[in-house]
Amino acid sequence: MISIWFFIGISLLVNGALILAAGIYQLVNPPAEINIQLFDLHANMWWGALLFVLGLFYCTYFRPRRS
Amino acid sequence: MRPIFAMFVAEHLVHLSTVDYAIIVFYFALVLTIGWYLRGKANTGEDFFMAGREMTAWVAGLSFLSANLGALELMGWAGSAYQYGIMATHWYWIGAIPAMLFLALVMMPFYYISKTHSVPGYLKLRFGEPARAVSAVSFAFMTVLMSGVNMFAMAKVMQIVLGWPLSFSIWISSLTVAIYVALGGLRSAIFNEVLQFFLIWAGALLIPILGLYEAGGWSNLKIQIAQRASQQYVHLWAGLGSFTTNPMGIHWTGIVFGLGAILSFGYWTTDFLVVQRILAAKDIRSAEMAPIIGAGFKMLVPFIVILPGLLGLAVLPMKLTGEASAIASGAHSYNDVLPLMLARYCGPGLLGLGITALIAGFMSGMAGNVSAFTTVWTYDIYRPLINPRGSDHHYVNMGRWTTVLGVLISVGTAYLVMHAASIMDYVQALFSFFIAPLYGTVVLGMLWKRATGPGGFWGLLCGTLSSISMWAWVYHDPSALRYVALSPNAKVMAQDMYQALWSFLVCVTVTVVVSLATQPKSDAELAGLVYGLTEVPSVGDVPFYKKPLFWAAVVIAVFIALNIIFW
Repeated sequence: MISIWFFIGISLLVNGALILAAGIYQLVNPPAEINIQLFDLHANMWWGALLFVLGLFYCTYFRPRRS
Repeated sequence: MRPIFAMFVAEHLVHLSTVDYAIIVFYFALVLTIGWYLRGKANTGEDFFMAGREMTAWVAGLSFLSANLGALELMGWAGSAYQYGIMATHWYWIGAIPAMLFLALVMMPFYYISKTHSVPGYLKLRFGEPARAVSAVSFAFMTVLMSGVNMFAMAKVMQIVLGWPLSFSIWISSLTVAIYVALGGLRSAIFNEVLQFFLIWAGALLIPILGLYEAGGWSNLKIQIAQRASQQYVHLWAGLGSFTTNPMGIHWTGIVFGLGAILSFGYWTTDFLVVQRILAAKDIRSAEMAPIIGAGFKMLVPFIVILPGLLGLAVLPMKLTGEASAIASGAHSYNDVLPLMLARYCGPGLLGLGITALIAGFMSGMAGNVSAFTTVWTYDIYRPLINPRGSDHHYVNMGRWTTVLGVLISVGTAYLVMHAASIMDYVQALFSFFIAPLYGTVVLGMLWKRATGPGGFWGLLCGTLSSISMWAWVYHDPSALRYVALSPNAKVMAQDMYQALWSFLVCVTVTVVVSLATQPKSDAELAGLVYGLTEVPSVGDVPFYKKPLFWAAVVIAVFIALNIIFW
């Protein structure tokens, strides 16, 4: 049976990749009008990267194995 | 590119981009995939209703917490923190931690050894059929109604925050929950709750981190709150010496005895919505460890709920108000503080994750309600009272159809509330009527062998009726709160606590008096159900750091330290 932690890994991995990609896109193409605070910290980039790495770990460590 | 969902959008708080919608759609796809994957692992009653009783301590513990961590809970308590300050944390600390540890160390062994399917099921074993019938019918009825009320409230939030039509939010979320619970039963609900737990943290954790950065740290935040609100907003206990020296208008006796000793014990130890997750644990050690793990994380929840509310006080440029004046003036209400903070810091992607966290919180609460309703209906109402001779396969099918039916009743309730908003107040109040007396009945049943069937039944009934009477009294004459809460300065938040305290005492008194006047059960009949007559199995020969008692001591030490630090 596939572990619940593997599903969580998938979720973190995909969400992390999407958020990281959005963050990189904003870094390369900054919006004309910035409507969030602390934009300069590029939180979506490093938060996305963190979720991606965490997801990668969960997916690898809890991947389905043949018994 | 114009997102496809934009066609629904009217006036709203935040604007989602394509990547935000992609994250939300991926979430729905993943929860349905989990339900589909688990469909073949819910063929017997034990599998469908009890998840095969094979959950690890971590899975059961996180699901136990997640079932309680609804979106309305997140947004409502963030709003309360804005309105009342750090005192709202009492509902997470003294209003949860002692009760969760008591469940783990004292009550769980009895639930677990008796192999009951539910809390009403335990009452049947201990007090007989009448006590079970009262508790099962009231629980089933209230659970679907509460689910509908929450569904409406969440749809309203989505309308305000995202501009989504009410019916769209109601149907998309309820059908998703119905599909994955009907397919995979409790195991599917639990798996998704653990996933939702992670999403809630991933989506909400960044707000307090960025908020503290902007405010200049905790010390600066306290100074700003004192300037914009009051010094009392950052003290947990210091203002509780009198009803008039704190923003909540409550006395420490109400917090300690009403909330800490009765309401929270009632909710965390007898509300089947949360207890069901622990009953699915694989062994006695996991069953005891699960609430302790839940308690450990519960202590951290104020970081993503209360702190954003406090940060809102300091950094938001506008002043938030109560719901009624917000509607009248077009301003933002206290309950908007979390979405406002989300919109303040979160750009594309993060916003989608934050909204997904809210949706996930809502769906985990709803799945909890539906799976608990299904089990109580099938095992405590349908099987004993309507069809006692069905096969296991028949009851599993009944569970699947009840899941769908429960969701449809909830949807019906949501539409009812949409057309008569006052129903919402009644339903929310009704739920609180049953909790405190039920706790009195269960705890006396577990700890006092002299308690009898008639004692348990009449105690539960009288306690519940006394709670309803007090609520009706204050509802028709608000000045009566001075008698219920013992002070003319008491405010509305104090009512629940004192109402719970008195109804618990009525329940206990009636149970004791009636029990002493009636014939007790023999010791042999009570074996496995009552303290002193039950041999509690050992958690096994494990090192000290794997024992539940050790981790309970760690949690209680941190709990005490936190209360002193934020005194």
